[in-house]
Amino acid sequence: MKLGYLVRRIVFLFFVIWTAATVLFFIPRMSRVNPIRERFNELARGTGYSPKDLEQIIASYELKFGLNKPLGEQYLDYLSSVLRGDLGVSLMRYPRTVAELIGQALPWTVALLGFTTVLTFLLGTLLGALAGWPKSPSWVKSTVTPLMVLAAIPAYTLGLLLIYFIAFRARLLPMAGAYTTGLFKAPEFSIPFILDLAKHAILPAFSLILASLGFWALGMRGMGVTVQGEDYVNFAEHKGLKQKRIFYAYYVRNAILPQVTSLALAFGAIVSAGILVENLYGFPGIGSLLNAAILANDYFVIYGIGFITIFAVGVSMLVVDLLYPLLDPRIRYDRKS
Amino acid sequence: MAVAAPAIGPTRSTLVLRYLRRNKSLSVGLVMLAFLLIFGIGGTLLFDTATRAYPLAVTPLQPPGPQYPLGTDKDGRDLLAVMARGIVLTGTIGLIAGTIGIVVGTTLGFLAGYFGGIFDLVARWVTEVLLTIPSLILLVIIAGTIVNKNQVTVLTMAFVTALLAWVAPTRIVRAQVLTMKERTFVNVARLSGMGNFEIIFKELMPNMLPFLAAAFVAAVMGAIGASFGLEVLGLGPAREPTLGMTIRWSTFHSAMFNGWWWWVLWPVLALILIFASLSLINVGLDEVANPRVRRSE
Repeated sequence: MKLGYLVRRIVFLFFVIWTAATVLFFIPRMSRVNPIRERFNELARGTGYSPKDLEQIIASYELKFGLNKPLGEQYLDYLSSVLRGDLGVSLMRYPRTVAELIGQALPWTVALLGFTTVLTFLLGTLLGALAGWPKSPSWVKSTVTPLMVLAAIPAYTLGLLLIYFIAFRARLLPMAGAYTTGLFKAPEFSIPFILDLAKHAILPAFSLILASLGFWALGMRGMGVTVQGEDYVNFAEHKGLKQKRIFYAYYVRNAILPQVTSLALAFGAIVSAGILVENLYGFPGIGSLLNAAILANDYFVIYGIGFITIFAVGVSMLVVDLLYPLLDPRIRYDRKS
Repeated sequence: MAVAAPAIGPTRSTLVLRYLRRNKSLSVGLVMLAFLLIFGIGGTLLFDTATRAYPLAVTPLQPPGPQYPLGTDKDGRDLLAVMARGIVLTGTIGLIAGTIGIVVGTTLGFLAGYFGGIFDLVARWVTEVLLTIPSLILLVIIAGTIVNKNQVTVLTMAFVTALLAWVAPTRIVRAQVLTMKERTFVNVARLSGMGNFEIIFKELMPNMLPFLAAAFVAAVMGAIGASFGLEVLGLGPAREPTLGMTIRWSTFHSAMFNGWWWWVLWPVLALILIFASLSLINVGLDEVANPRVRRSE
């Protein structure tokens, strides 16, 4: 792989991040909503400040956050702080920083979504490969349409159905939360805690898996159907190779490439893919943080989550571009071949 | 003599029916959609949804029974009326946003695919970036800042979701135009002196109708999904009983924990029915557009 290519991709990543940061800087300034004013109005409704004091407080906060400087200067300040990883200060949990809050929620999200993404990828790809394979039994082929319909249904509604049948009717699993707060005060590293954690994670994981299995199965089947008609598969067939070998080494090996690209992109979307489901199950990840931030008008946390999401997507696109030539020897970026 | 001619072959409507019998996804999806429409529109006409679907109309928290077939919620809405109105409102959001999406998307897709040049470059780049960034996050940021949370209406919801509803149609139409514009029939049309716009409207558009229909259904689905996401996160029309807002209020009041299952179950089933019917229609339209898919089944 050529160095020039690598540099181009990294420059592109910076470009994506710069665009995201710029958009996130200008959107709030286009609106008439002033986050600090909103926040203090809300507090004032509860406690009863006099309006004059309120104006003074807001003015002092704007001074502190530099909101009275000229726009260009604010923009440069903002860019340099983003580059340093500083996403500002949370309004709802002042004085904690946005980066701190996100850092606390992120491991939960990454663990849950990382697990479901890998599992769905494996299951869905295998199912799709079998569905596109001409010698598979017909019931395997007929799973694709139901899975596709399932993939169109939001994971949130599937999750509600699971809660209704499995947690509410059958009382088999807990309805919400990440662990039993009555038993454990804080996450700890012990076997009972891990078991408890797993019990709480089954339903959220299952709703995410159900809702995305069809995507992987369909993608793999589509590629499989085209690969299956290729000469090299026919050739392998006529050489009398074992079916198993043709299936894995000729058919799956060639059809799986776009799936791997999608997997890398799915990893990039991990931060945001579970937002609604996490909310539903009260799972303490990014989704619940976003929900709390929306409720409390904590715009800085909302923008922070937006920024992290776009950053993750940008990095995953870079990974895809770097990974692809390794997986598919037909693709080279140095143009000399 | 001339009278007998039309009676020889099967009429157009029997042909359509015959085709529907073969294309199961399309017919099942259409039947489900018809059921939803009859329930939604019929319900709106039959019951007084303008009052019964809003708070303080009936006794709160009644389980399903003879008086309230689907039960009532904590704020005193009759869930039967809520369901009818909710299906209509949610459908309206999807329809408005989907229509804007397909009209804008088709226009941009044709401009990019047919005329190419710098416009194509920009369109391709912008759609690529917008498709990779998770749309829910973008919409949350837009809806959370530009719109005042307490003044959201069904119409605002439709326009906010429409902001991203054009992206996928643009890409689909562009790709389709690219494969079609070099075909023989387009060249023949060009040689016979047709202008660009005549070719677009008389040659390309009619051939792309099934694709456009599928893209439209997908755009409607996407808009309903996006508005549902915003509603669940509390950025929806707080005063209107859309399906998403009904679910939002039920989870907000921990309905399932408290055993008020009917408050949750009906809107969930209605949404699942909507998505299932639209995606089946989409699969069916795909079969219409690509006859090859038909044979591989």
